[in-house]
Amino acid sequence: MIFQPKILPAGDQAILIELGKEIKPEINQQVHYLSQLLEKRAPMGIKEIIPSYSSLLIYYDPAQISFSAVSDLVQNFLHENSPRPNNPPVIKEIPVVYGGEYGPDLEFVAQFHGLTVAEVIKIHTSQTYLVYVVGFSPGFAAMGTVPEIIQTPRLPTPRTKVPAGSVGIGGKQTGIYAVESPGGWRLIGRTPLTLFDLNNEPPAFFKAGDYARFFSIPAEDFFLYQEQKRNFF
Amino acid sequence: MIFSEIANFMIEVIKPGIFTTVQDLGRWGYQRYGIGTAGALDSFALTAGNLLLGNAEEAAGLEITFVGPLLKFHQTTLVAITGADLNPRLNGQPLPNWTVCSVSAGSMLSFGPRKSGVRAYLAVWGGIAVPPIMGSRSTYLLGHFGGLEGRPLKAGDLLPLHPCPSKGQELAGRSLPISLHPAYQRNPCLRVILGPFADYFSLEGQEAFLTSAYTITPQSDRMGYRLHGTPITRAINEELITCGLANGTIQVPPDGQPILLLADRQTIGGYPIIATVINADLPLAAQCAPGDKLRFQATTLREAQAAFQNLWGNLRRFLQSI
Repeated sequence: MIFQPKILPAGDQAILIELGKEIKPEINQQVHYLSQLLEKRAPMGIKEIIPSYSSLLIYYDPAQISFSAVSDLVQNFLHENSPRPNNPPVIKEIPVVYGGEYGPDLEFVAQFHGLTVAEVIKIHTSQTYLVYVVGFSPGFAAMGTVPEIIQTPRLPTPRTKVPAGSVGIGGKQTGIYAVESPGGWRLIGRTPLTLFDLNNEPPAFFKAGDYARFFSIPAEDFFLYQEQKRNFF
Repeated sequence: MIFSEIANFMIEVIKPGIFTTVQDLGRWGYQRYGIGTAGALDSFALTAGNLLLGNAEEAAGLEITFVGPLLKFHQTTLVAITGADLNPRLNGQPLPNWTVCSVSAGSMLSFGPRKSGVRAYLAVWGGIAVPPIMGSRSTYLLGHFGGLEGRPLKAGDLLPLHPCPSKGQELAGRSLPISLHPAYQRNPCLRVILGPFADYFSLEGQEAFLTSAYTITPQSDRMGYRLHGTPITRAINEELITCGLANGTIQVPPDGQPILLLADRQTIGGYPIIATVINADLPLAAQCAPGDKLRFQATTLREAQAAFQNLWGNLRRFLQSI
């Protein structure tokens, strides 16, 4: 089924561009492509863009640019046959201590699928994930797609506090909580990396469109990585 | 520098009020990293105060909710209080709203019982000089940064000010005529642009939304107002894919009770959006309390944008003319 992109007003100062109705890498890559084009060639009056899974929200200033001008611009970009930006994908390697106090739901995930804990870790670290979106809370990176054999439904009742750095599985997605916040994903591990730091510009470690690959580290190395994080990158 | 010298350029918080935060017009450009804009809920009132004082529109002030703080000024300066009428008094004497007032060093600013509205704004000459983070001084509660340590004020806090030159005192008495105030009322009818996902709702649901009143429940804050009224029923039960959220978004969870999202909303969300309150009417929403009722009326993009240009254009023109 071919989805016709939709350009819809979201109030009087924002426009929603819907490129699909599914969470899929191909659609999400199109979102990031369009977002990059808009940023590089945006005229005055485009205030901010929020890329999401299959849509973009564009904030604009109607005193500087009209709805129809933004809409035409997006239409042109969508129909343009220019080559896609050839930026090499950014793959970020993420050390994770799996299980134990760092990943209190790892056992559950293993049992849920009739796997051993080691198998879940092996499967989770076996592929590169696309960061679909950064949001929900500051710096939270939601990625996919998780191999079907470890996809696990979210908790029926979210935890009120999930520690920063927690790595979770939420349905078909995996993700990292960058700051302490409430959350309903199944926590399988935790990274010692700091993923949100106000002293950095931008403060979030991930941006939408990045790629991530996890690797397992022993619990005793958690603090080592934390101390070495400056040398590590 | 010793304490007394620092304190010379300060407002000292004697009592914080129930919920007082430093806000400006918000932190823009970081929503893609999950960082919300925050900013004054009634951005018109804050801006009016700043412009009356000759401040930049981006200057930070205090957003004061329901019950105001008790503040001691350690410096002679100028203030303008706008938005809700929370009965402000300077050394016990009533202070007019929407008017530049001179405050001498050692003065106490207090607030009495609420007369109307919910959120008052205290603009100070030069703005509150907390350090900007990512280009804004707004308190971002979810991120625990901005304003004063990312939290509401507490007793003992010191708010840094800019020294006010004595010639600034000539501005005292400047005020904004009532004709230029937003049409604040307890049970306003807010204009909305329908969509982007109005078609997720049944015709009855859409009609209920546009014809019945929705009460603001006590579970309402700067993130958003949870409303209660005739449930807005769905036409299709297909799940929405999480998308970016504009200020004023009205999303409807499965229980059919709408939520009006405001300055501290999440950057993205997955409930279908029936409509978005127009920016010209967000100040009206900001001044409503739990128990007040909201009605919604559909308008066009053209009318919405004209209303916004009118409201802000009239304010700027008036202040340029005096």
